[in-house]
Amino acid sequence: MNSLDFSILLQAWPYLWSGLLFSLALTAAAFVIGMLLGTCFALVQHFEVPVVAQVVRGYIALIRSIPLILVLFWFFFLVPIVLGHLYGNGRPIPIGATWTAFITFGLFEAAYYSEIIRVGLRAVNKGQFEACQALALSTFDTYRCVILSQVIRVASPIILSQTIILFQDTSLVYVLSLTDLLGAASKLAQLNGRLVEMYLVVAVVYLAISSAASQCVASLRRRYAFTGAHR
Amino acid sequence: MQGTASPIDRSSTIVVAENLVKRFGGFTALNDINLTVAKGEKIVLCGPSGSGKSTLIRCINHIERHDGGRIIVDGVELTDRMADINGVRSEVGMVFQSFNLFPHLSVVENCMLAPMKVRGLSRPEARERAMGLLRKVRIQGQADKYPAQLSGGQQQRVAIARALCMQPKIMLFDEPTSALDPEMVKEVLDTMVQLAADGITMVCVTHEMGFAREVADRVVFMDQGSIVEDGDPETFFRAPRTERAKGFLNQIIH
Ligand SMILES: Nc1ncnc2c1ncn2[C@@H]1O[C@H](COP(=O)(O)OP(=O)(O)O)[C@@H](O)[C@H]1O
Ligand SMILES: [Mg+2]
Repeated sequence: MNSLDFSILLQAWPYLWSGLLFSLALTAAAFVIGMLLGTCFALVQHFEVPVVAQVVRGYIALIRSIPLILVLFWFFFLVPIVLGHLYGNGRPIPIGATWTAFITFGLFEAAYYSEIIRVGLRAVNKGQFEACQALALSTFDTYRCVILSQVIRVASPIILSQTIILFQDTSLVYVLSLTDLLGAASKLAQLNGRLVEMYLVVAVVYLAISSAASQCVASLRRRYAFTGAHR
Repeated sequence: MQGTASPIDRSSTIVVAENLVKRFGGFTALNDINLTVAKGEKIVLCGPSGSGKSTLIRCINHIERHDGGRIIVDGVELTDRMADINGVRSEVGMVFQSFNLFPHLSVVENCMLAPMKVRGLSRPEARERAMGLLRKVRIQGQADKYPAQLSGGQQQRVAIARALCMQPKIMLFDEPTSALDPEMVKEVLDTMVQLAADGITMVCVTHEMGFAREVADRVVFMDQGSIVEDGDPETFFRAPRTERAKGFLNQIIH
């Protein structure tokens, strides 16, 4: 086996960079969609909204029991067919790999974020709700300014951990022929035969990003040890 | 030291409860309660644990919904159907045994939230009002700290300031010193004595009989969901009419 040669990185870098940007963009989009939708899902369950709460519970149970890669497949192949039947003459309406990835990741992560927020809502002290009532805060302000902002602060380390997992999961988009960081590295490795170097480099990038995020988790934990404690 | 009490305006009542009933399942927590609180009046509510004191004052701001009778607060009858319960609640301040400050907000932000959201004050206006009331409870130096960084006594004084920021017509206190270490009880009671001197209408559940003697215009004694005695503090402490009140007083003195 020949010795390591990192000089190929010079040519490889632009392609790896675009892969990394895609991974980050997908993570960010899935985070935003997932948190917004997940918060709605958690609130619907918290308020026991008739029918909707049951539907949401079913959805979450389903999503959490199947692998993301399968959801990606289904979405990519089935949704165009369904859309075709709804709006077309039965011919599939393609939604494209990139849209599939963004929507599917968002819908998938919503189930996980929703569970985090739902558990957080249950942990809020009853006295917090009573204090809001006594101060005449509306239900909307109670949840927005007091309850949810506490839950999100207290849960922020877990939310960030989940987001790190999400970032690593973006590599699954290879099934849609999209190219993320890992995908870029493996395609280059096929071309130039420098498998070890390419996989070492992406490992270092994943490690750097994930450990930076873990540092954030740790500092959030310290910070909210006193500002966000329940009760 | 009697006489801190400011004039009571008997012609205007802030709270009227008539034949009030509250049940929890089959258990009757409040049984035919009649109580009137006049403007400027200071009432101390006492009685054994489980006698319904908390339930009664929680009915006054509709945190508990009553099952029978009527309750009228600031001229508005409280019902389950009423659209604007928050209109009434904004005139009723409440201080809890366990403070219930918002842990994620600083002391001054705790005091600013409701005036901004409910009264529509701007941020600078709310801040100015909050700082004024934090000064009143002598805790302005801690305005930018978080509740968990304060002692229990300090937290309870912040909770009092937070309620006062809404400029309520009546203040309800539910055992405000019961969760405090003994050395912190005095600072909170002193604050409450000062409020009383300002003429604020107060209903206070407490077993601090020194406080009751000093500020109460009336002492209301409850037992098993009913009001058993209702009179001036001197008479209540010196010559309670009922055996139940005697027994209760003996217990808390010894
Ligand atoms: N949410 C509730 N559910 C059931 N029972 C309750 C509830 N709140 C209070 N009670 C009961 O009502 C009675 C009066 O309670 P409370 O008003 O808290 O008494 P106090 O404040 O005088 O100690 C007690 O027996 C208590 O167990
Ligand atoms: Mg009580």
